[in-house]
Amino acid sequence: MGPLTPLRGDTGGQVMLAVVLLVAIAVPVLNLAVPDGNPWHVSTYTVTLLGKYLSYALLAVTVDLVWGYLGILSLGHGAFFALGGYAMGMYLMRQIGDRGVYGDPVLPDFMVFLNWKELPWFWHGFDMFWLAALMVVLLPGLLAFVFGWLAFRSRVTGVYLSIITQALTYALMLAFFRNEMGFGGNNGLTDFKDILGFNLQADSTRVALFLASALALAVGYIACRWIVTSRLGRVAVAIRDAEARTRFIGYRVDRVKLAIWTFSAMLAGVAGALYVPQVGIINPGEFAPLNSIELVVWVAVGGRATLYGAVVGAVLVNYGKTYFTGAFPEAWLFALGGLFVLVTLLLPRGIAGLFRLRLRRRTEAPAVREARA
Amino acid sequence: MRHLRQPSFRLPPAPVRTAVRTGITALLILAMAAIGGTAWAQAGVDAGLDHDSGQGLAPVGAASSPRLGAGQGAARAEDGAPTTRADGVTIDAVVQPTAAEAEGLPAQPPVEQRPAAAQKAPAPPVQTAPTQPPSLETALPQLAERSFKVKEQAAQDVAASGDPRAADLLEALLGGKLYYRTDDKRIVLARRSGDGYTLTDALSGEDLGSAGRRDAKKIIINNRMRSRLRGDIAALTLASPDASVRLSAAKRMIDTKDAANIQALKTQFVVEENPQVRDAIGLGLAIAGLRADTPEERLAAVNDLKGSLYPEARNALDKLIRTEPDQTVLAAAQAARADIERRLENNRRLETLFFGLSLGSVLVLAAIGLAITFGVMGVINMAHGELIMLGAYTTYLVQLAMPNAIDYSLFVAIPAAFLVSGLFGVAIERGVIRFLYGRPLETLLATFGISLILQQFVRTTISAQNVVVENPSWMSGSLALNPALSLTYNRLYIFIFALLVFVALLLVLKRTALGLQVRAVSQNRAMARAMGVRSARVDALTFGLGAGIAGVAGVALSQLTNVGPNMGRAYIIDSFMVVVFGGVGNLWGTLVGGLTLGVANKFMEPSTGAVLAKILVLVFIILFIQWRPRGLFPQRGRAAEQ
Repeated sequence: MGPLTPLRGDTGGQVMLAVVLLVAIAVPVLNLAVPDGNPWHVSTYTVTLLGKYLSYALLAVTVDLVWGYLGILSLGHGAFFALGGYAMGMYLMRQIGDRGVYGDPVLPDFMVFLNWKELPWFWHGFDMFWLAALMVVLLPGLLAFVFGWLAFRSRVTGVYLSIITQALTYALMLAFFRNEMGFGGNNGLTDFKDILGFNLQADSTRVALFLASALALAVGYIACRWIVTSRLGRVAVAIRDAEARTRFIGYRVDRVKLAIWTFSAMLAGVAGALYVPQVGIINPGEFAPLNSIELVVWVAVGGRATLYGAVVGAVLVNYGKTYFTGAFPEAWLFALGGLFVLVTLLLPRGIAGLFRLRLRRRTEAPAVREARA
Repeated sequence: MRHLRQPSFRLPPAPVRTAVRTGITALLILAMAAIGGTAWAQAGVDAGLDHDSGQGLAPVGAASSPRLGAGQGAARAEDGAPTTRADGVTIDAVVQPTAAEAEGLPAQPPVEQRPAAAQKAPAPPVQTAPTQPPSLETALPQLAERSFKVKEQAAQDVAASGDPRAADLLEALLGGKLYYRTDDKRIVLARRSGDGYTLTDALSGEDLGSAGRRDAKKIIINNRMRSRLRGDIAALTLASPDASVRLSAAKRMIDTKDAANIQALKTQFVVEENPQVRDAIGLGLAIAGLRADTPEERLAAVNDLKGSLYPEARNALDKLIRTEPDQTVLAAAQAARADIERRLENNRRLETLFFGLSLGSVLVLAAIGLAITFGVMGVINMAHGELIMLGAYTTYLVQLAMPNAIDYSLFVAIPAAFLVSGLFGVAIERGVIRFLYGRPLETLLATFGISLILQQFVRTTISAQNVVVENPSWMSGSLALNPALSLTYNRLYIFIFALLVFVALLLVLKRTALGLQVRAVSQNRAMARAMGVRSARVDALTFGLGAGIAGVAGVALSQLTNVGPNMGRAYIIDSFMVVVFGGVGNLWGTLVGGLTLGVANKFMEPSTGAVLAKILVLVFIILFIQWRPRGLFPQRGRAAEQ
């Protein structure tokens, strides 16, 4: 069984990964090798933008994993994303060293500003990349594990679960807004200088981050695909479609849910960690419930329970957002809101559903439509 | 002093306004009693007994009742005069009920101190006015003199004239508005206009036209005169026929050290029958008594201050404790201080409870519409917050349409907001939600999209900025239950309004045909249809009802918070928390849940800060849902299994 076995039979995924591979080869070449004036030149801004889309795409895949295959509509996945981002942001803050505005060798600027005398205990060790990288997956994973352990054990499901995931991210947002938390309060963490010794502003670093995002997306996608094609994934789908029945057959529903849920959160953390160095800032706004709901829409637009649809949806919606907020800032919310309504009403299986419908119209469609949220 | 305790006078019928406020207070106290338990007992003591030593439980609102008729007042003054003359000094000892009285025990005058006090200080005459009062007409022109000595005497004479205009004139003198004409030394009131002044005669109010800059000169006063003037004005206003004027004068004189002022206080205390004014005057006298020479007098004063909630009483006692040489007095003062502290603590708790109930009522208002759409229909309406926003904006538009009748605007806005939000709700249900029944998560997404559209709609059509919604005059101000506890009217009314909306909704659901059909459809749609209920129509109406209530909540919220395109967002998560916490499908759960969360939030705030309190509440709800996945009052029966 090779590493690509999970992709067998997943035409959409194969096409999607091929496109990502193509872009991952073409864009760096066009950015670094083609001179500035040439019409084929891809600007560094575009590279960063694409890198951002790819980290969003990975995030969307994690949401699709729990929503599409486990039936958990998480309105709080942005929290895991932001936690991963904060872990990475802390590493980047420590890398600034004495180049900050106040020139303190250890303390980040905002702590000097708040008149703190020493580093809070939870900031220790974040100057080491390996520890930060570990925290990127551990912190969201731990939060998801504790939250999921409580929620799934007491069989909180459906709408209730959605709403308390929303409460979770809302509470975290309020908490991170407080200066006393030690994460820069309202302003968050920003002003990063370099990562692993490479200047963050340099074109080559940007391209490297873009490539890392593409790689993370590919690996993350295959991992999720591996899960959903495994026995675990089959049980997950069974839980999604008939939770009580699965339980009565003898499966430990809460453990299956907990495992996939925690994995999904860890992967979301990775997405956040890739996102932060590319956009150069992380602040409590990332925890906002609106963000989490928005990313559910990416999945809905792309097509739920397809995984590759989530990637398509994330890229398309975000491209639309970039375009609209630039061209018609007034119209963006109308467009986004209209998208929510139209997709749920007219395209219950998203864009991916459009393709699949054409292929096997009669065979599968009713079964999926039956699959209740 | 016995006469002071006699429950002798009937108050005249209070104006309607007062009666309404009294009723509201009673209602609030009842509501508090239901929740507050023991705290209520203290409230009763503080609110009722403290106001009055003679009348037991006087209505709180009686403070603003007009003064007694002249005849009655005169009769009383005569009646009381001999006793007062006999031991005038003891007046200052009759202020507050002692702790024993407050507890409901029989009142025991602290006899042992009285004779000593009475002996010590010879009784001063009550009437300070000389037999031949100087007339205003002769005294006033003296103010134009150059010598401060003459001016001071003139001001004294004006004060002593007994003329009703005297207080205003002295006020004008103190405020630098009193001038004299340079040519004929006539005393005038001057107002700057253009290059010169507009003059009016100070005595007759006759319009003297305008004058050049050099034609009128301000009457200069020195600091000595200024402090005397303040005392004189206080003494004059203390005798004003208007109770509220007397009260503010008495409050200004609470800390007075001026012998003349204290005398004025004593004089007024004998004839004063308004309990609040009496209270304030008594307090001033007692504080003055703390500076007395003998320990006995000071002890009596300390006992009078016991239980007083005025901050001045506390400060005066603190000062006494620092300097008092006599051990007995010191111990009594410390005990009184501790007693005051305890009462203040109770009042603070009551205040926090009120804030909590107020926040809770806002939560209930915001959540109750959701309790219908989510609880009864099972529809997750993420646009609920925006329906609240529409209600608030309707209030704004109504006020734009009737700028001259802001006081009545809310009564127009409430039905208007109900209609606007209700119609939007029906449109949303017919246009989107009805295609999504049975798919709650898709409903959630679609309605969230609608919420974005509505937000942007308001931003585009009205403004992206917050708009100003005015408070009607009857919403501003506050109800002072006692010196340490006052409740703002807007929060009070909104609390009551929330209860009214709740009751109305309960009646609609339990007592009307629509309510019956709503419950039938929510319990078993197929069976209800079989019985002839037009379920589609019921769905639309129910959703419209829930949306309309959201609009009405928006009217109330517009009186408390900023009205802007984002305001709905602030309430949607809280509303869901309330509904989920209280138990879906149960209106009572929403009421109890909302009030509980509000009160819990406010009681945590002092120790944790507002944001942390909110976070803790959210964490608490997350954990609570684990423990009781279906809320405080879970739905039972077959419907709950779906």
